Amino acid sequence: MQGNASTATTQPMIPLPHRILKVRRETGDVFSIETQPEGDESDFHFVPGQFNMVYVFGVGEVPLSISGDPARTHTLTHTIRSVGWVTQALKKMKKGDRIGVRGPFGTPWPFQEAAGNDVVIVAGGVGLAPLRPVIYKLLAEREQYGNISILYGARNPDDLLYGKELEKWRGRFDLHVDATVDSAKRGWMGNVGVVTQLIPKAISDPDNTLAMICGPEIMMRFTVNELQKQGIENSNIYLTMERNMKCAIGFCGHCQFGPEFICKDGPVFSYERVRNIFGKREI
Amino acid sequence: MKSLQPILEEHPFFKELEPKYFELLVGCASNVRFEAGEILFHEGDQADRFFLVRQGKVALEMAPPNKEPMIIDTVEEGLVFGWSWMVPPYQWHFDAHALTLVRAIAIDGKCLRKKCEEDHELGYELFKRFFSVVTERLQHTRVQLLDVYGAQV
Ligand SMILES: Cc1cc2nc3c(=O)[nH]c(=O)nc-3n(C[C@H](O)[C@H](O)[C@H](O)COP(=O)(O)OP(=O)(O)OC[C@H]3O[C@@H](n4cnc5c(N)ncnc54)[C@H](O)[C@@H]3O)c2cc1C
Ligand code: FES
Repeated sequence: MQGNASTATTQPMIPLPHRILKVRRETGDVFSIETQPEGDESDFHFVPGQFNMVYVFGVGEVPLSISGDPARTHTLTHTIRSVGWVTQALKKMKKGDRIGVRGPFGTPWPFQEAAGNDVVIVAGGVGLAPLRPVIYKLLAEREQYGNISILYGARNPDDLLYGKELEKWRGRFDLHVDATVDSAKRGWMGNVGVVTQLIPKAISDPDNTLAMICGPEIMMRFTVNELQKQGIENSNIYLTMERNMKCAIGFCGHCQFGPEFICKDGPVFSYERVRNIFGKREI
Repeated sequence: MKSLQPILEEHPFFKELEPKYFELLVGCASNVRFEAGEILFHEGDQADRFFLVRQGKVALEMAPPNKEPMIIDTVEEGLVFGWSWMVPPYQWHFDAHALTLVRAIAIDGKCLRKKCEEDHELGYELFKRFFSVVTERLQHTRVQLLDVYGAQV
């Protein structure tokens, strides 16, 4: 029998070694790495929304959302934007290199609440990565949901993540997929504008629609405003928050966000729960 | 020929407009069609009309100095664009070209300005509607300027 490489409940502070199987360039500064746990513990179970603490030996550890398919438990995928020490070190890694992984940690996206309702997914930039497992799961259980819309905004056409998959999803009859960019050169046939402009067309029954948002906080703020304008209740809006982390298990307080610890109370929150602290610069 | 009134009445921009105004609007309206790739107007041209898009997608472009033109906005079915007809010197501030086949209603700005001068209630009603479009676009432009997707998550 295969063991379970998810260490969140058994040894949450000990990184398990993973071997890199593949590094794929997604856009200029974004790449995905696919890894496999070493040894017997070759299965990794997670629910969409969860993240891992990924350790580059000798450099440091960072929280990264899982961006792969939850049904494929023998490999683990993270999609990463290189911004600093650890993420740049990850970008330099190759097939066969080793990293450490602790996790998975955190709360999942609300699938039970979404069942029977329309679902609108709004992603900005690299925020599509933590939502991709949601899309895989919704599609695997397609009959449990009403209309599903994926709305995606990026800076420009070159920054759109997962281009081939977006095309494939767009080709499905049971999915509404719309993308927009802030600006584009001539030749781009898609939308130009902000992602919030895509929202009105995607919502037909606001009382029975659940929204899941991921992107930079400022983008999520504008998105929440537009969803509210379209009549969606705060309790049906979910978003995922990011703060610096250290322990990832609610001990160190690094990720504190008002009264919440993002690592254990989140990262996925209902807007209703965080609305008094969301977007407050001092928090 | 069929009257354009039902089409105007159905367009979201004129939602809940008092029925008496449609007759006035029809007098300034014409049906237009642009093939994919066709230029609707260039920056600096006389802005003598505005458009209610019924079908298709229009790209609004600006050319930064010494650079290729960039698409800064796209406008689709159900939307309206062009407010330069309201403000002197009545010139377009961007280029517009059809990305797909576009069917639209063009409303003659000079004709409508005259009607608004004669009937200030109509003028006020239209200005309110355009003002909300302009504010929305301004808000979107500000968000685009903030580079929201590049920001730290
Ligand atoms: C729950 C959670 C899930 C996350 N999931 C992902 C994910 O799936 N993919 C991903 O790429 N990132 C994700 N992040 C963000 C990621 O953890 C940070 O980008 C990372 O910690 C940066 O570490 P670093 O050592 O590379 O940069 P540092 O050396 O710590 O920082 C260098 C510079 O980058 C800036 N910086 C730090 N973080 C970010 C950021 N997030 N965006 C832009 N600039 C930043 C800093 O302000 C600093 O100027 C997640 C964060 C959390 C809390
Ligand atoms: S990271 Fe330590 S409490 Fe959340």
